Amino acid sequence: MSEINILGIETSCDETAAAVVVNGREVRSNIISSQIALHTLYGGVVPEIASRKHVEKINQVISAALSEASMTFDDIDAIAVTYGPGLVGALLVGVSAAKAISFARGIDLVGVHHIEGHISANYIEDKELEPPFICLVASGGHSHLVKVADYGVYEILGRTRDDAAGEAFDKVARAIGLGYPGGPKIDAVAKEGNPEAIPFPRASFKDNDYDFSFSGLKSAVLNYLNQCEMKGEEIVRADVAASFQAAVVDVLVGHTIHAVKESGLNKVALAGGVASNSCLRETMKNACEENGFSFYRPSPILCTDNAAMIAAAGYYEYMKGVRSDLTLNAIPNLKLGER
Amino acid sequence: MKILAIESSSLVASVAIVDEENVIAEYSVNHKKTHSQTLMPMLDEIVRMTETDLESIDHIAISVGPGSFTGLRIGVATAKGLGLALDKKLVAVPTLGAMAYNLCDYPGLVVSVMDARRNQVYTGIYRFEDQKPICVMDQIPMDRLELIQKVRELSGSDVYAPIFLGDGVEVIKNTLNEVDDFKARFALPHLSRQKASAVGLLAIELAKKGELVDASELKPVYLRLSQAERERLEKGQSIEV
Repeated sequence: MSEINILGIETSCDETAAAVVVNGREVRSNIISSQIALHTLYGGVVPEIASRKHVEKINQVISAALSEASMTFDDIDAIAVTYGPGLVGALLVGVSAAKAISFARGIDLVGVHHIEGHISANYIEDKELEPPFICLVASGGHSHLVKVADYGVYEILGRTRDDAAGEAFDKVARAIGLGYPGGPKIDAVAKEGNPEAIPFPRASFKDNDYDFSFSGLKSAVLNYLNQCEMKGEEIVRADVAASFQAAVVDVLVGHTIHAVKESGLNKVALAGGVASNSCLRETMKNACEENGFSFYRPSPILCTDNAAMIAAAGYYEYMKGVRSDLTLNAIPNLKLGER
Repeated sequence: MKILAIESSSLVASVAIVDEENVIAEYSVNHKKTHSQTLMPMLDEIVRMTETDLESIDHIAISVGPGSFTGLRIGVATAKGLGLALDKKLVAVPTLGAMAYNLCDYPGLVVSVMDARRNQVYTGIYRFEDQKPICVMDQIPMDRLELIQKVRELSGSDVYAPIFLGDGVEVIKNTLNEVDDFKARFALPHLSRQKASAVGLLAIELAKKGELVDASELKPVYLRLSQAERERLEKGQSIEV
């Protein structure tokens, strides 16, 4: 089999990233320029600042991805670029640069869905993994339970009806004074706490077993903190973090295992920034072992926003003959499985 | 010297290929459709129509601002991508200076204005001698009444009234109702908007002076901080990490 080299470009939020991946599975380079330190000043990602930083970094990041892979544009078969969902101003930087390079060098262009990228990170991590499988996608902007029927073929089983899981982490982290980004900070503090100290609610819906809701949980945490303050009771941060995290993880794992059983499949994958959460990884692993399911999860570096995953997703689209033209636009609310 | 020029700072999307003697091609669209969808197909069109080999281009000229933040970024990211892929240097052309270049035969003051909202315009003031631009006041955001005052001072002894051009002309016309005894002219529509040909021709002048930028280093000239940064500064907080 000949080697297909895909240059991935990702600028949907606050990481400027480029990568070269061979045949959808072998990472030759994976460059990520993070803006987290800058956005920490504002307690979250500021879209205008993110967009400005992407423009400043985009060329360096692409050049670094090529040189680390010991390649030039001549070696690249296609450019895969995230065109949604995400922050429109941020997406436009990657899309504009990708189209210009594609045009200037006559390289094929493939627009990639950001979440399809996150799911495809599993193909890089585990060379044997093939569809079909059930994937839980959880990040700062997304919470989806997806049946991956084939490469690039997705069926959404459930989604969040309000906050994304990662969003809930950020909001609760802010409320208990841990700051931004909330996910890693709660993960760390929760290790010192008792996950059963406070019985926070687990939301479920009668009309869809697989949908999520995290805003009620977030409110319950805020109410608990208020009540403690009014009663003059001490707030044990580690216990709040651990109990909140346990509530999120319970629901994510419970829904996922339920979906796998109902689907008749036996493979479970994680994707998205929240997939780095150590409690989620451990709990899902144990639940899969109990049920005899195979469990797949990307390394943390592939869970965060990166371009290797975009190149991997782009590879399978490219092999199916999917191409984007020079009218490719950023679509901030792009739906999974749509073009 | 052959230049490929891009202009997307406002509602106008414009691309051109120029050399010292000719505007070889120019394609401008002033219509509500996002630059992300129009700019590259327009560029593709003029390159194919003129059978231009991209390798024959010496430099890529980009109108760097001020203007719509998103519009500037689409143009700048496109220019940077072209520069990277073709290994060509870029020329960063001030948007208002390039627009003034449309009127390089005018004997009085040439005042470029873009509507910057909040009672301000982005403006730059120029004179031309032998069709060469002399920057009288570099581009800045300015209160509209303050600008009228400034132009009045600068053009005091001129025979010819100052001429305004750009999409901020409406703001200036409305402002003139509030001031006495101020004579001004306004450019006709075909000269009053951003044009990639003017960006390209001004870029030739800049390139001759050695004003070339690495594609990796180029960034837009916003002339304004983001709202989040302004709010932090107003509270006396730092915006540096």
